[in-house]
Amino acid sequence: MHDALYNLSATELNRLFVRGQVSAVEIAEAFLARIEAVEPRLHAFLTVTADSAVETARELDAKRAAGEPLGPLAGVPVAVKDNVAVDGVRMTCGSKMLAEYVIPYDATVVRRLKDAGAIIVGKTNMDEFAMGSSGENSAFGTTRNPWDTARVPGGSSSGSAASVAARVVPLAIGSDTGGSIRQPAALTGIVGFKPTYGYVSRYGLAALASSLDQIGPFARDVHDAARLFSIIAGYDPLDSTSADVPAPQPEFPSEPDLKGVRFGMPREYFGEGIDAEVKARLDEAVATLQDLGAEVEECSLPHSKYGLQAYYVILPAEASANLARFDGVRYGHRAKDVADVAEMYVKTRTEGFGHEVKRRIMIGTYVLSSDVYDKYYKKAQQIRTLVARDFDRVFEEFDALITPTSPEVAWPLGERHDDPIRTYAADVCTIPVNLAGLPAVSVPCGFAHGLPVGLQLVGKRFEDSRLLQFAWAYQQVTEFHKVQPPLNTEGGR
Amino acid sequence: MTNGWETVVGLEVHVELATETKVWCGCKNEFGAEPNTNVCPVCLALPGALPVLNERALELIIKAGLALNCQIERVASFHRKNYFYPDLPTGYQITQFDLPLCYDGYVEITKADGTSKRIRIERIHLENDAGKLLHAGDDVAAAHSSLVDFNRAGVPLIEIVTKPDIRSAEEAGLFLNKLRSILKYTGVSDVKMEEGSLRCDINISVRPEGAAEYGTRCELKNVNSVAHMMRAIEYEAARQIDIITAGGVVEQETRSWRNDRGVSVLLRTKEDAEDYRYFPEPDLPPVAVAEELVGKVRASLPELPDAVIERLMGDYGLSRYDASLIATEREYVTWFDEAVELAGAEQAKAVANWQLNELFRIMNERGFGPEQIPVTPNQLAGLLKLIQDGTITGKIAKDVFEKMVDSDLDAATIVKREGLTQVSDEDSLREIARRLVAENPGPVQQWIDGKETVAQWFMGQVMKETRGRANPQVALKLVIEALNEHTAER
Repeated sequence: MHDALYNLSATELNRLFVRGQVSAVEIAEAFLARIEAVEPRLHAFLTVTADSAVETARELDAKRAAGEPLGPLAGVPVAVKDNVAVDGVRMTCGSKMLAEYVIPYDATVVRRLKDAGAIIVGKTNMDEFAMGSSGENSAFGTTRNPWDTARVPGGSSSGSAASVAARVVPLAIGSDTGGSIRQPAALTGIVGFKPTYGYVSRYGLAALASSLDQIGPFARDVHDAARLFSIIAGYDPLDSTSADVPAPQPEFPSEPDLKGVRFGMPREYFGEGIDAEVKARLDEAVATLQDLGAEVEECSLPHSKYGLQAYYVILPAEASANLARFDGVRYGHRAKDVADVAEMYVKTRTEGFGHEVKRRIMIGTYVLSSDVYDKYYKKAQQIRTLVARDFDRVFEEFDALITPTSPEVAWPLGERHDDPIRTYAADVCTIPVNLAGLPAVSVPCGFAHGLPVGLQLVGKRFEDSRLLQFAWAYQQVTEFHKVQPPLNTEGGR
Repeated sequence: MTNGWETVVGLEVHVELATETKVWCGCKNEFGAEPNTNVCPVCLALPGALPVLNERALELIIKAGLALNCQIERVASFHRKNYFYPDLPTGYQITQFDLPLCYDGYVEITKADGTSKRIRIERIHLENDAGKLLHAGDDVAAAHSSLVDFNRAGVPLIEIVTKPDIRSAEEAGLFLNKLRSILKYTGVSDVKMEEGSLRCDINISVRPEGAAEYGTRCELKNVNSVAHMMRAIEYEAARQIDIITAGGVVEQETRSWRNDRGVSVLLRTKEDAEDYRYFPEPDLPPVAVAEELVGKVRASLPELPDAVIERLMGDYGLSRYDASLIATEREYVTWFDEAVELAGAEQAKAVANWQLNELFRIMNERGFGPEQIPVTPNQLAGLLKLIQDGTITGKIAKDVFEKMVDSDLDAATIVKREGLTQVSDEDSLREIARRLVAENPGPVQQWIDGKETVAQWFMGQVMKETRGRANPQVALKLVIEALNEHTAER
């Protein structure tokens, strides 16, 4: 049975542990062995915290033996994206800048994971400072897609998505600024959930764009994702943008039923650029939802088409300031042999940052300059308001929206190295959701060209639990999330 | 104003708030701690750390605004001001931009000639301080390495910006002292310039007297005391006047004041001015400033210097200048009020005279601050009583006052111990007067010749003989009697 531990869900693992059918140390060791077996082909991890994972497991076993209360994630291995702080563990953010940096505090979500009894097994690979949607911008090599190791896993939470898809961990933490949880979830055939902005504390998440960033869960099914979400969500006084609301506790009925639920299909998200096979899978998903009793109608989000442009002004602007702290003065990389402070800054940042990061810092610095501020930054904020208002308007009529998560499936590694615009365009369906601060979940809805396709459901602000109920209902009558990627069957054990 | 020129000055004053903790995190706000001990992920700008507004800092800036007669903005919103410097961990300062918390205020100053003037406050905003750089070497340029102490990084600062209403170094000095008083009265700051809790930048231009347009201004930085500021204004005004009278044009520049050399030096020109790329701080959403909070802060305001000045003038007839000197520090006002309470309102002017002349002179000589007033109101009241009932003379009283500083004893005890009681006994004084007249034929001859001031001289001798204890009126009367007797006998 132990060989198959990694095939179990978080809920099942927790149950086995709590009932004493398996020890936490056995779980930790089984998953560490799984990481070791799969990593050479996957490269999902930047740091594996084997020692502390076993240590945590021992403590859990002792707790259980002593009859102490066990948390809702007790015994469940979790991977954490490498831009979320775990006390005493190296945190690179996928950048040379922080290659050797050990952070001395826990992010709020990590604190909550630990309190819930989770076993943190490692830090996952990512595009540098979460800038990218293929994983190829990592300074430490690209994570592979378990469905085809010659293809990208999506990004920027590449390692978190790939490790869950490859059954290396049942749960992982990611961050989503413009699709960085949902898109890799779609491209690797798992569930990725971006909660409402403000639902999950950002304290301890290395900021990319503060007004867009949101931490969220990866899992193989909605039930597990909801379980992880309910632990990490809720008010945090350390994050001023954290909403003063209690942690949600999504509940699921005994039978899937979407009777009377109204879904909108924004036509702008199904237009030009969408792969025909992807479109076909979406149509099938719509039919499935209708079979469950849902009403589906077309609707319009006319300003979403400007979302991408607004996003690529707002994000670089905020990022250019957020990344200013990486200056070589207090921690991280510092250039050697410099004549003065100015040269130290220039050399440190030239050596420490990769191309995409430099590109966005330059764009951000430019759009905030006083002589063009109104033309770019201010205009982009106005567009953002219009994009959000579109959503508010359609949500007067609908309970949730249906879109593709990504207009295409995972593409081959290296294909778009010199084409940032095309890579940016891949996020066209996910970005407007961040601009509006709404919750959205990507669930597997079939295969196109032999690769996973994701269905994105977008919900109302702070109605995350309800949104997860819709996604859960869909998964109750579909099997796509149970299909194993080839990496697992090609001798993954 | 010099030779037909008018100096125009506006000040930007940075004041550290007297909060327990820093403005965006829970680290202690204290001066003089071991370097880098009051630090955390937030004020060190570690990846992922986020700022949270210290509500006490918000209260204190509102308090400052109300005390400086400002309007209060009903929303607290913050911007990032972007620039790289090793003492600034985040690479941006969190400050306020288009909506400062306080605006449109003023400070009333009283000049030595008794006239008063209003200096308008344009705005007051809240921001964080940076850390402190220590350069190993003679100066920055020669330093082979630099060390940074981040204890100060994140300490709450308010920046107070005046309108260009100041016209001289004197006015600037009065303004800054008045501002210090107000901020100290209210507990907004401990305003210690020597600890850097109050720092000041000067915007200064000159123009021909009567001109309608302002001249081109320069900004002077690195001014560390009121005296330095006044000196810097005089120097800079003269520098600009020299340029213009020599046919040149003043360039808009940022200059640094070097007090050791008494000159300002160029820091950067307008062309090199940095673009700070201000944009709204996404980590701190704007928060409403509740009417309730403003009301609560308003109710907590103490009696402010202007109210004290009006009260001392109205209730006790003090001059505006004297009242404003007492009003400089809250401790002085408390001391004055207590002394008047004990000595009686009719003694208020006497209390003020003793406080402003004797007490301040002694404190000044001994370098005492307002927290170290060396004579109690009770001691002064006792002294005044002895003067009033004729027990001691005014001259003796000054000696007793000095003795009270060093002894903690009350006036009556000192007078008794030292035998300083005034002598009004006419018999003994008459004897002294007669003897002196007999012993000094020279002055007596002058008296005979009609020089009447000789009587004062003889009185002085009587005082000397009695070690100041003689009642001066009685002594004078008896001296004249003795002189007349003597002349009559001849």
